[in-house]
Amino acid sequence: MQDAVPTEPAFLKLAGISKRYAGVRALDGIDFACERGKIHAVLGENGAGKSTLIKIIAGVVQPDAGTMCLAGNQVSFATPSAANAAGVVCIFQELSLMPDLSVADNISIAAPPRRFGLIDARAQRRRAEELLAGIGCEDVNPLMRVRDLPLSRRQVVEIAKALGKRPQLLILDEATSALTSADVEKVYVMLARLKAEGVAILYISHRMHEVEALADRASVFRNGRHIETFDWGARSTADIVQLMIGRDIAAQYPAKPARKPVTPVLALEHLSWEKHLDRISLSVGAGEIVGLGGLDGQGQKSLLLALFGVLRGVTGRITANNREARLGSPAAAMSVGIALVPEDRKTEGLMLPMSITDNLTIASLGAISTGPFVDRAKERTTVTRSISRLQIKIGAPSDAVSNLSGGNQQKVVLAKWLMTEPRIILLNDPTRGIDVGTKQELYRLMRELADQGAAILFYSTDYDELIGCCDRVAIMYDGRIVRELEGEELTETNIITSSLNVHAATPATAGATHA
Amino acid sequence: MLDDLAIKVRQNIGLATAIGLFGILYLLYNMAHPKGFSSAVLVQNGNEIFALAMLAMAQTVPVLASGLDLSVGAVMTMVGCVASYLLAGTVGGTPLHLEIFGLHLGLGTFPGGTGGIMLGMAVCVAIGSLAGFVNGCVVVYGRIQPIIATLATGAVYIGIALFLRPTPGGKIDEDVNWALTNSLGDFAATVHIFDDGAAAWFTPLAWIPVPFVLLALISLLVWVPFRRSVLGRAVYAVGSAEGAAYMSGLPIARAKIAAFTLAGFFAGCGGLFLAIQTSSGNADIPQAGAYTLNSIASVVIGGTSLLGGTGSAIGSIFGAMILRVISFFFRIFDIAPLLQPLFEGLILLTAVSIGALGVLRVKNTLELFR
Amino acid sequence: MTTVTLGLSRDDRPILIAALFIFVILVAGTVYTFARFGSAPLLSPTYLLQQLQVGAFLGIVSAGMMLVILIAQIDLSVPWTLAAAAMMATSIGGPLAIPVGLGVGLLVGIVNGIGVAYLRVPSMIFTLGVNAVMRGLMVAHTGGYAPQTAATELMRTLAADRTLGIPNALFVWAAVSVLVVVVLQRTPLGRYIYAIGNKESAAYLAGINTRGVTVVCFALCGLAAALTGVLLAGYSTKAYQGMGDTYLLPSIAAVVIGGTNILGGRGRYLGTLVGVVLIVLLNSVLSIMEMPEAGRQVIYGLVIILMLLVYGRGERITS
Repeated sequence: MQDAVPTEPAFLKLAGISKRYAGVRALDGIDFACERGKIHAVLGENGAGKSTLIKIIAGVVQPDAGTMCLAGNQVSFATPSAANAAGVVCIFQELSLMPDLSVADNISIAAPPRRFGLIDARAQRRRAEELLAGIGCEDVNPLMRVRDLPLSRRQVVEIAKALGKRPQLLILDEATSALTSADVEKVYVMLARLKAEGVAILYISHRMHEVEALADRASVFRNGRHIETFDWGARSTADIVQLMIGRDIAAQYPAKPARKPVTPVLALEHLSWEKHLDRISLSVGAGEIVGLGGLDGQGQKSLLLALFGVLRGVTGRITANNREARLGSPAAAMSVGIALVPEDRKTEGLMLPMSITDNLTIASLGAISTGPFVDRAKERTTVTRSISRLQIKIGAPSDAVSNLSGGNQQKVVLAKWLMTEPRIILLNDPTRGIDVGTKQELYRLMRELADQGAAILFYSTDYDELIGCCDRVAIMYDGRIVRELEGEELTETNIITSSLNVHAATPATAGATHA
Repeated sequence: MLDDLAIKVRQNIGLATAIGLFGILYLLYNMAHPKGFSSAVLVQNGNEIFALAMLAMAQTVPVLASGLDLSVGAVMTMVGCVASYLLAGTVGGTPLHLEIFGLHLGLGTFPGGTGGIMLGMAVCVAIGSLAGFVNGCVVVYGRIQPIIATLATGAVYIGIALFLRPTPGGKIDEDVNWALTNSLGDFAATVHIFDDGAAAWFTPLAWIPVPFVLLALISLLVWVPFRRSVLGRAVYAVGSAEGAAYMSGLPIARAKIAAFTLAGFFAGCGGLFLAIQTSSGNADIPQAGAYTLNSIASVVIGGTSLLGGTGSAIGSIFGAMILRVISFFFRIFDIAPLLQPLFEGLILLTAVSIGALGVLRVKNTLELFR
Repeated sequence: MTTVTLGLSRDDRPILIAALFIFVILVAGTVYTFARFGSAPLLSPTYLLQQLQVGAFLGIVSAGMMLVILIAQIDLSVPWTLAAAAMMATSIGGPLAIPVGLGVGLLVGIVNGIGVAYLRVPSMIFTLGVNAVMRGLMVAHTGGYAPQTAATELMRTLAADRTLGIPNALFVWAAVSVLVVVVLQRTPLGRYIYAIGNKESAAYLAGINTRGVTVVCFALCGLAAALTGVLLAGYSTKAYQGMGDTYLLPSIAAVVIGGTNILGGRGRYLGTLVGVVLIVLLNSVLSIMEMPEAGRQVIYGLVIILMLLVYGRGERITS
């Protein structure tokens, strides 16, 4: 494919970069370049190699082959601080903040202002205030411990910290995922300023509207290969998605059955919890996939946790299978047939060092035991069946689950829950960080399970998914359900306006960009 | 402004509680003591507190880096035994010899006199720091978990202590003993400074017990600068989130080694004082174990989290003092010696369980699993 | 993950190395005794059996300790739980002696479990406190002296006598071992233990009663310590102050030398067995060499470090 010729000399140039991880080729002979004063979007599904590429540029890992040139000089960064010294600064998805230290400490963590050899706390605080003001976030008090800040503020601190390193090349890896929409606007302003100062910017995000708003150029990666680089606008969104997944996206979502009356399997009445849930009333029927939508942090995750017995002090009524349920613990929830696929598979869904078998069977050991002992034969058959049903790609069932790719790990989590034969399945953002191929498999599986009679409650931050998969979507705002959309009403516009809790009468915000 | 103050108070609530608790307890103790609020009692208390306070400081630093040092008691004991050889202070110097496997090793003569004593103290503290440094290297380069690494090195250090002093013995210069275990006035008189303690500006200070002065000096001159240094902050960072600390470019290995070395330094100071106080070197294994475990208790009571990242050596000092004051109480209330261990245990258990009350307020059970 | 030489799993390697080291100790010891005394007592079955009999005590304590370490905790109350069980058993005497002794251990274990699982106090500090309380209780109860009451017949038989030429204590140790292996390998409880040690949050979200399992592990550890106390009292025909102090650190060392990760979640019981045998044999060889306590401590420490270095170290944290 012909790449559009850039108008400036390349600031960062990669040639032939390759990286293998335990037999998997994460990057395969990548050639890449980006220029100063431009925002360069890096697009691709998970597993495309974006994070590996970024880690190499930022000095977190070393390439197996290939060269990297910065401003014409060949460079190689052995550590993140070496990269920082050369002006390459990365804002990672997993924050690099120390929760027990203050904001001021975190921002100036590596090279603080000093007096008589010791850290000058006052100068450090001033520096933090300046940097935070630079992104328009003066509300963050530099003395606060990072641990005491909400996630959106922490991300702001992370951005301020990166700015403090005076980057020549700034990489943002999903750096806005937790920000409020107001903060995202501030970030746009900051990036525009940096652009004007000649900083080269690499922007990685799954949020197409952000990329649309910012990008000057874009590169698409797929399966560890660089597919194409082009000026923004040269390719339509559909083209880009096509490049990213390499095949026609038309049949992405399985067909939805015709709407018919459903018997409610799960009914919530006035469910409340702390400040996060406010008199939620909802019902999910057998065969239904009900989505939870809305902006981040409006209580969707808390709702799922409440339904799985994790939260204490939940008031209101939960009826499962026509009987009132008291959900005091996950075990109680499981006993009425509820399963939860949690948010963070690495810390909540899997025991990473343990084998695939152990992880698959851990929630249903009762079913494969004879007497007090685990029946190894039964276990083997169940495991084999699970693996083939979900088509999990593994080496051997006794391998550690940490060896698997993100998508396959998520399949293991799902398979684990399917083994418990649940009637109500709660999914907490299950496709986050999963490659497109696995996502499609998951959508098909969800519909299959629904068709077999399960009731599914599905939280996703991706509106396309909600529209594509769900029979009904409940939009949450501030802990309440503000609207339920189904059928013809289930459109992106309606989701957005409901998410912002805007009444249809207000035109000004109808087409507003959002976080 | 008030906002900032509120933040600072909330962040240091553990330390404030420890200081407050100690203040109340010590006040009560002095009120109940027949000779309370007197210099003599203060001096006696100071002597009994110092070693544990030093070990509490020692334990704090590795704990801040989310590790643990089970060898602090052993290092203290080892340095004490070394001190019993080097601080004899005899004018002509002390001939050094060791008995190992029936062999008699002559190691030359260690200088005597004041110069010799200063040198001896320096060597002792250096040995403590070296032991800590070795601990750090085993943990960092051996990549062995601190709890096991220091368990093993502790055995080695206690063994060395036993080599040095199979039976308690040795000699400490009497002047050193007198000067350091009494009040500032006695110190000045022994060392012949400030007009032998009679100087006008000095007399109002003469009652202050030397151990407390030493404690304050060591905290101010060693701990506070360390805490404010880049390396000291790196220790907190490593304990808070090691992965993030690495990504931030902090010198993780150096921070951990520094933490253990500093622990060895403080433990060495404690051992040095103990030897001076008892005028002998005693390789007492149960005592070393008790000191180690008490140092951990002091750290917890002083408000430092065993998970690392928050806390302060100052808090641990107060934690140690609280533990010691409790045992002082037993003395004056004439609690049957048979019941003392029981009370000590119950108080310790209650103290550490109080922090547990916060758990009951947690509404999202996932937060309980860190 | 790269495979280790000989295609052994990561958990097997330490066991093999520890076993090898036992062999080295036996050889070195035999060479020494041959050179010095012209005999090889280390290779005589009577001697080895005798050593194993003593090892049984450490073995039972280590079995309990292993369970607690597997769930990423630690039990520092073992010394005085052991002593308390012994003292109560000898005080009560008669047919209730052993049940009472074991009951003490069970109770202490449950208290530990509740403190750690429900109050979320770090196990290191809570069990430390419990240890101090048990010591206090025993000092108050016995007046600070060794109790004058003697161990019961049954206790003595279990600890000191032999059946078919093999010490009964070994049978008890074997029974405990079988129980532990069965629980860990074949029962759901065993899986839950490993799961909790690996990631308590994931285990909890899989519906496991993590707090209950924690209490069970501490209860079993307390029970094991109590059993050891009862047997020890039988062996020495009475209980004495501080009898448990020499069992704490060696039991932790045995578990770790056997390849169990001190942070929990990984380890095989066979390793703990091998670790116990290693420590016991090391001790006895050093006794034969008439090594003074000083040398023993140094060698003990160096052996632990050496073994851990050879096992392959922890991962370097980079993210």
